[in-house]
Amino acid sequence: MHENNDNAGSRLGMWLFLYTEIMLFGGLFILYSVYYSKYPAEFAAAGGKLELPLGALNTGLLLLSSFTAAASIESLRKGAQRAALGLLGSTVLLGLVFLFNKYLEWSHKFAHGIFPGSETLLKGPKGETVFYGLYFTLTGLHALHVFLGCAVLSACWVLVLKGRVTGGRMNLLENTGLYWHLVDIVWIFLFPLFYLIL
Amino acid sequence: MTEKPAEKTALSLPGLLGVLAALLSLTGLSIALAHFYEGPLRVAAALSIAAVKTGLVLVFFMHIRQAGKAVALSFLATVATLAVFIGLTFADILYR
Repeated sequence: MHENNDNAGSRLGMWLFLYTEIMLFGGLFILYSVYYSKYPAEFAAAGGKLELPLGALNTGLLLLSSFTAAASIESLRKGAQRAALGLLGSTVLLGLVFLFNKYLEWSHKFAHGIFPGSETLLKGPKGETVFYGLYFTLTGLHALHVFLGCAVLSACWVLVLKGRVTGGRMNLLENTGLYWHLVDIVWIFLFPLFYLIL
Repeated sequence: MTEKPAEKTALSLPGLLGVLAALLSLTGLSIALAHFYEGPLRVAAALSIAAVKTGLVLVFFMHIRQAGKAVALSFLATVATLAVFIGLTFADILYR
């Protein structure tokens, strides 16, 4: 079987995909900022109810997972397959812990009657409904990306284990790493928008 | 497309650890600022720190500077397009 292994081409293709992600989340950030300028007081009231410690913990976890992803690629490049597998596995694990924390956070909100279309929200001030709409949309879309990232990283883990992805042939792992780092960057902006500035 | 081999430019593990330490410190700084500073530059400060963190991830984790001219230019074009969208949106809602 003929194998194409065009590093530069596949990397450019990955970046092109990342641009569409930047525009997707960028558009939602614009939506957030427009509504924030319209309802500053309601955003501050609603944002103050979010759990900063959980948000900060999740920020640390994702940053750490970005490091383990980058370190796993460097290890594999140097031929250290076992180290690469350990680091890659840690990346997936950190992503899953991030998702578990997100589940806890959302459950706490649901327990207080705060979920899209809930009576509490519909009776409350309009600005707060909009805030929580954006909160669930943006963190939900981001969590979906983390979930998919974990799935693709797990596939990479298996391929590294089987020797299909190696130091000399690691396009797939590098491109998955790029995707994972972009998901991290999205969270780098989501964290201050929802947990810090309000 | 000219391309530098990534091996020569990639950071070693201690280097990557240093980047992680910087990212975590900036997160801490951002949280501390949000806690203690209530001034007019609150939002700008938080977003500037986020931008610096993004820069670190792009340069040291994503190796954007070694990815070739096509990636560098198209990335800048994407950011510029987003900036135009933001500018036009606010030109509309702030002055309507």
